Amino acid sequence: MYEPIIEIRNLTFSYDSVPALTEVNLRIARGEFIAVIGPNGGGKTTLMRLILGLLEPQRGQVHVFGEPPGNNPARIGYVPQHSNTTQGFPASAEQVVLMGLAQGKRRGFRFTQAEREAAEHAMRRAGVLDLRHRRLNELSGGQRQRILIARALITQPELLILDEPLSNIDPYGRQCILETLTGLDSNTTVVMVSHDLGITANAVTGIIAVNQFAIATPGAKLTPAMLELMYGTHEAGCPVHALLQQLVDSSNIDSTSLESNKANPTAQECHHEPH
Amino acid sequence: MNLTDLLQQTFLQHALIASLLVSVTCGVIGALVVVNRLIFMAGGIAHTAYGGVGLAFFLGAPVLPTAGIFTAGAALILGALTQSKRERTDTLIGVIWAAGMAFGIIMINLTPGYNVGLMSYLFGSILTVPTHDLWVMLGIDIVIVSLTMYFYRDILSFSFDPDFARSRGIPVRWLYFMLLIMVAEAVVIMIQVVGLILVIALLTLPPYLAERHTKSLVGLMVASGIWSLVFCIGGLAVAYQFDLSSGASIIATACAVYLLFISGQIVWQWLLTHRKSPA
Repeated sequence: MYEPIIEIRNLTFSYDSVPALTEVNLRIARGEFIAVIGPNGGGKTTLMRLILGLLEPQRGQVHVFGEPPGNNPARIGYVPQHSNTTQGFPASAEQVVLMGLAQGKRRGFRFTQAEREAAEHAMRRAGVLDLRHRRLNELSGGQRQRILIARALITQPELLILDEPLSNIDPYGRQCILETLTGLDSNTTVVMVSHDLGITANAVTGIIAVNQFAIATPGAKLTPAMLELMYGTHEAGCPVHALLQQLVDSSNIDSTSLESNKANPTAQECHHEPH
Repeated sequence: MNLTDLLQQTFLQHALIASLLVSVTCGVIGALVVVNRLIFMAGGIAHTAYGGVGLAFFLGAPVLPTAGIFTAGAALILGALTQSKRERTDTLIGVIWAAGMAFGIIMINLTPGYNVGLMSYLFGSILTVPTHDLWVMLGIDIVIVSLTMYFYRDILSFSFDPDFARSRGIPVRWLYFMLLIMVAEAVVIMIQVVGLILVIALLTLPPYLAERHTKSLVGLMVASGIWSLVFCIGGLAVAYQFDLSSGASIIATACAVYLLFISGQIVWQWLLTHRKSPA
């Protein structure tokens, strides 16, 4: 049965007068693994923040679990973009994971045995149980990212939102993170912002391309419309075209779709200086 | 005069009690200021407190409560401005910082007579803390520690990652304002000890020294409090021994320990490097 977890209708959002998202319509069902892709500054993080309720829509509606965002914080796990603000913070890995329990209700600075067991379970799922007593600033970027994933998993969320969890992570770390995500319960919906569609291609059940507007498609296959939305159109032979070809190859897209862009009279010119 | 006789003196007993009370505040608020990167903000709030001191002199009102209310109000204004104009945070802090000082100076100018006690609020005077100020300090300590314990989990999550905390339903905005008011009250009771000009050193040096050896925020608070007490008592001893200003002696002691610590680290690193590399 199709059960929408996220429903977005006619969503529009601007920063001052600069539009970030315009007339976005999306539906994401339970159990899906969605990759959100798009160029830098295209509005991916803004979209995630609107879904989480960290930003208010200026027009349109966002519903998560059939309610306004922010009504069900315990059912949503969030892994923000990796940031250096966590550097030097006086906390062990276990304490960071326990922070995932805070929901503005529980009090005091002692965590119960049950809470520690929940943290242990989440750390085991994220493959970082052996790091539990290490200080955060003793860990590598990949290890820290997996600790943040464990923090998001501690409440066993039905919806997991990850904002570029694979950026600046080495291939082994990426593989570990993907294994964690693909090993989640089939009822868990995953929405992951990612620049690297190649590594996620085997895991995703759908793609959303975002560049002010949004286009969604099932499966791990990019469509010509998505490519045009994200990167415009480019003539064969230019470096951007070659990069797009790589993207197409990694997502198993039908390569003839790129050929169709060749004949597009609005194709962008590709300027590059010879070395 | 031997130590036992000295400890019988009321002024010294008050100084030691004040050291203890201030160290509690210093440990809790210093740790929160450092992990939330609010050092410049705390500096701004501390200097704005001078406006409250000036207002108290002008009105002939008790200094600590007046400065407490004035500084809390300034901290709330600062918080509201920095929340709405994030890209101008440092400029806004600079403006409020200077405005508070200017207001205090004008209030003092308008106050008839020469205010001898004013210097003690600028540079501290732990040896002249009256009994009623100790009670005010105790009250503020109790409020700060109780609020921190009650909201500890939320404060911990908010300090580490405000976006994540908001996504978890934690009222981050209110916690931020509560933190600023606590900073304001901490500053007000600390100006008795080290003066508002030197407050920032006593808020930041103890957490800096403590953070390398703690694995939790509460641990950082306790260790910072202990360092702060060491600095206060050590500074008092130095002030007594060499007949120096107590506030400056406390900060000088803290800075000396800090420099020793940094030097020790450099020497230790040097030894480690030379032990590893073959001759």
